[in-house]
Amino acid sequence: MQQVFDRPKSLKDVPYHYCPGCHHGVIHRLVAEQIDAFGLQNKTLAAASVGCSVLMYDYFDVDVLESPHGRAPAVATGLKRAMPDSFVFTYQGDGDLAAIGTAEIVHAANRGENITVVFVNNAVFGMTGGQMAPTTLEGQVTTTSPYGRSAATDGLPIRVCELLSTLEGTSYIARVAVDNMKNLKKAKAALKRAFTYQTKGWGFSLVEFLSSCPTNWKMTAEEANARVGKEMAAYFPLGVYKDVRAN
Amino acid sequence: MARRVMIKGNEAIAMGAIEAGCRYYFGYPITPQTDIPEYLAAVLPKMGGTFLQAESEVAAINMLMGAAATGARAMTSSSSPGISLKQEGISYLAGSQIPGVIVNMSRSGPGLGGIHPSQGDYFQSTRGGGHGDYRTLVLAPSTAQENYDLTMLAFDLADKYRNPVMVLGDALIGQIKEPVELKAYRKKPKAKPWALTGAEGRHGQILKSLFLADGELTDHNWLLDKKYKSMEKEVRYETYRAEDAKMMLVAFGSVGRILRTSVDILRDKGKAVGLMRPITLFPFPTKAVRQTAEAAQVLLAMEMSTGQMVEDVRLAADCACPVDFYGRPPGSIPTPDELAKEAMKVWRKRGLK
Repeated sequence: MQQVFDRPKSLKDVPYHYCPGCHHGVIHRLVAEQIDAFGLQNKTLAAASVGCSVLMYDYFDVDVLESPHGRAPAVATGLKRAMPDSFVFTYQGDGDLAAIGTAEIVHAANRGENITVVFVNNAVFGMTGGQMAPTTLEGQVTTTSPYGRSAATDGLPIRVCELLSTLEGTSYIARVAVDNMKNLKKAKAALKRAFTYQTKGWGFSLVEFLSSCPTNWKMTAEEANARVGKEMAAYFPLGVYKDVRAN
Repeated sequence: MARRVMIKGNEAIAMGAIEAGCRYYFGYPITPQTDIPEYLAAVLPKMGGTFLQAESEVAAINMLMGAAATGARAMTSSSSPGISLKQEGISYLAGSQIPGVIVNMSRSGPGLGGIHPSQGDYFQSTRGGGHGDYRTLVLAPSTAQENYDLTMLAFDLADKYRNPVMVLGDALIGQIKEPVELKAYRKKPKAKPWALTGAEGRHGQILKSLFLADGELTDHNWLLDKKYKSMEKEVRYETYRAEDAKMMLVAFGSVGRILRTSVDILRDKGKAVGLMRPITLFPFPTKAVRQTAEAAQVLLAMEMSTGQMVEDVRLAADCACPVDFYGRPPGSIPTPDELAKEAMKVWRKRGLK
């Protein structure tokens, strides 16, 4: 019998701690597939972040350094500067990257650090139990926006891809989703492109994943998945925002 | 023969770091330590190293963590308010057992304070400073020469213990210009099998400070504690005219330096006064202070603060003799005469002859 589907080599054979319906598992797989495809398992250095994905090092079979909340892009800068031939990526949630770590991501991007950022945006602080994030949609109820996020008091959600695209230092910026097969294929292509950027030395790349959080959104996995495609993608449009080496 | 040069204290730090093999520096300008990044910005790129001016002190310490995690020798430097910002990263370095050298050419506080020399960062440096149950090795130079020598030592100790090491000077120690003998660094760096270099020929490895399993963090903290206790053998201090001293002055860094002249002034007056200067602030020379307390009739701790190291002196003396204190909060530098006068007050108060 021919085997047509297998676990990526750079992904350990252990059960995830992620909640049912959460997209982290799918995104982990997509990243691991690219590590394998580019033959990078033995030269990858990852900067883990703080939040649900802090335990990524239990799943990826690569060298990983845990970073303080929001500081992964600075940690990745140090890793890459000391090991320029390695493949360095950060894996960060929206609370990590768009709140406490805003300065670190903006400046690493602006310096054009030759690293790849995997940004998982589920519009909520997951690990701490569903508080408002900078990416929480207007009107969205969270434990710290119990009456719904208000533009007047909380401001409007930050669009990270649009923001970082304005910086001269960034090379490849894309927003993707994994809510259906069509989007998943596009996500795979975007990651491949981001990996190409770093391996060719073309500079800073970031792929934002719109992701679901059924537990904190208080939805079924199916409802949460559908919300990504409808509500989230409406405010955070999918697509390639920057590709400085596009033909 | 070693080369003798006339340089600033801060430059001696930078030169010591380079001599010790440090090729990665991440920092942010703040007075009175900016000569360090300025020197390294000019020199490191020519040596194939990296100088990176970070967007913040917070980013700088985390860049250091990334570079050091690969096994490279890396350094950051700052001054008091900047060191406060670095404390988060220092705690993570300690928790993840990643070596790194942090220089604090301290200034006066709290808050923005001023740019005068101060010793008000003693608690922050020796008590961990950041969150959690940890210690940072702390070396306190008092001359430009010691800046050079102790910076080299700091890298060795950091690697030996896989722990952050702080060089704690102050505005005076950093800005003073004096002759320094540039000794060659001769040690051979040891391999670092824990370093993250890519999982070539092995599985991926993790450097982390998060321990969630039941009891796992307890074990980790005991392991760290054992390590901090083992640092006891690194204790360094210096004594000056200590023989037959009835009163021993205890001071570190710049005050320790000024007090050498005060001791001479008092000795000229026939007063049996000596000086003990801790060079390692953590580990503190507890046993040596205890022995001093048993031999002398009074200890007098002198600091450019309202009193911080004196607590360690009192704990070490353990009531073997009275411990007095004179503190001068930052704002001006005490002269040898002023400190000698203050010491005489204690001499008379204690009825010494």
